[in-house]
Amino acid sequence: MLRINGLTKAFGDNVVLDGIDLEVARGEVVCLIGASGSGKSTLLRCLDLLEVTDDGDIWLDGRELTDPAIDLDRARRDIGIVFQAYNLFPHLSVLDNVTIGPRRVLKESKADAERRAHALLDRIGLNGKATAYPDALSGGQQQRVALIRAVAMQPKLLLLDEVTAALDPMLVGEVLDVVRDLKNEGHTIVMATHEMAFARECADRVVFLSGGVLIEEGTPERIFTAPQDSRTREFLARYLPA
Amino acid sequence: MTSSLPPGAGRTLSARQLERNAYRLRRSRRRATIAAVSTVVVLGLMLVVVVNAPGWERVRTTYFDWRHARESFPAILDAFWLNIRLFLTIEVIVLALALLVAVVRVIPSPALTPLKILAALYTDIFRGIPTLLVVLLVGFGVPALNLGGLPTSLFWLGVIALTLSYGAYVAEVLRAGLVSIHPTQWASGRALGMSYGQTLRHIVLPQAVRRVAPPLINDFVSLQKDTALLSTIGLVEALRAAQVYSASTFNFTSLCVAALFFIVVTIPLARFTDWLTIRSLRRENGI
Repeated sequence: MLRINGLTKAFGDNVVLDGIDLEVARGEVVCLIGASGSGKSTLLRCLDLLEVTDDGDIWLDGRELTDPAIDLDRARRDIGIVFQAYNLFPHLSVLDNVTIGPRRVLKESKADAERRAHALLDRIGLNGKATAYPDALSGGQQQRVALIRAVAMQPKLLLLDEVTAALDPMLVGEVLDVVRDLKNEGHTIVMATHEMAFARECADRVVFLSGGVLIEEGTPERIFTAPQDSRTREFLARYLPA
Repeated sequence: MTSSLPPGAGRTLSARQLERNAYRLRRSRRRATIAAVSTVVVLGLMLVVVVNAPGWERVRTTYFDWRHARESFPAILDAFWLNIRLFLTIEVIVLALALLVAVVRVIPSPALTPLKILAALYTDIFRGIPTLLVVLLVGFGVPALNLGGLPTSLFWLGVIALTLSYGAYVAEVLRAGLVSIHPTQWASGRALGMSYGQTLRHIVLPQAVRRVAPPLINDFVSLQKDTALLSTIGLVEALRAAQVYSASTFNFTSLCVAALFFIVVTIPLARFTDWLTIRSLRRENGI
């Protein structure tokens, strides 16, 4: 469903992504792992067309996202992205945060959008907070709302950029529970993460990046127990206590 | 946007990427052309309409006459120096007064209640009265009191009038800035052991002033222009000097000359505001 060929991105002289090739099938959960600065976030930003790429193609469902003539707004409608810093709209209530996309972009009626939003909020146990404003929520609660705000747009592809990195360990679990829930529902997810235990348990495939290069990819089982490349082994040694 | 791949790194772009780059180049050229053509057409049309107006010849000779411009220039330049002295003096006093009023209104101390009421009354009243009216009331009313100690010089009466009016506006701008700083900033300052006053002075106020710098400077631009209102109480500033010239020649070119003076001091301030805004955005948001 998602196909990336030779994706390259540089900021000035600094090549951040160097010929990335990757395919993601519908319903698959792919975890990107690697040190800070390895290119995980840039890759996700390129997939959401937040960065102009320097070479290579991205295809989503038979449409070339790297086509310069593409309608960016239309293309982004099919892709949801959630950032590390939640980025909820502070001037809107939780309910309005979730419904603004469906109402303004998908032109859903207020009643329909709110019904769906309540159902989604119910699933993450936050329906009681529908009228609250983001500032009154904990970090974990805000991030869960950010997740369903993206899901409410019914995207074909969901991109998660270290969604738990700003949370304390107690709250990481509740956010990952929502991600697991979305996987079980059949969402296609590409996520950058430092949560190795989660990647191991939940990912269909793990991709290791280093210096903007895709070093190796495979099932979590293979990457975590029998990494082929020395760089992967070094990276994992620092994350997984032997 | 063009490709920014570093040159000479042994990379060759794919044929598809060359196509994309060519497309983007064509598109940016097309957009630049459209912008240039539409600018020329719109401005050209405006010029044609004005120049072909039935009264254009008379307007040109009464408002844009080169000889009259040259003749009125020295007197207006001289008078404009008064405008500059006025607004520099007023700006300093306004800042001090407005800061005091804003802080009094923000501090949650019950002991300050009478001052708070005064401060609220002051802003409410002086933002509500047209500036011209304040100028007339102060300019003619205060001297009529015949009270010893009150200033009688027109310069200081003018300073008082505009300070009263603009102090109220600027106080509200500053207060909006103060209350917009997130409560966690207050908490963090107090948590370091700083007093309320220290937190206000070193943590909250610097952030608030930065945030409201554009509207603040906007008010000062407006103040610079409004020094012309003081011509009504008899100060011979640039507008009055221009009127004196036009009254004796029946030519209004001098008014346009005065307008130019006001524009010339406003534009640098406007660019300065832009620069300030962009700088603080860069610093604090990493844009």
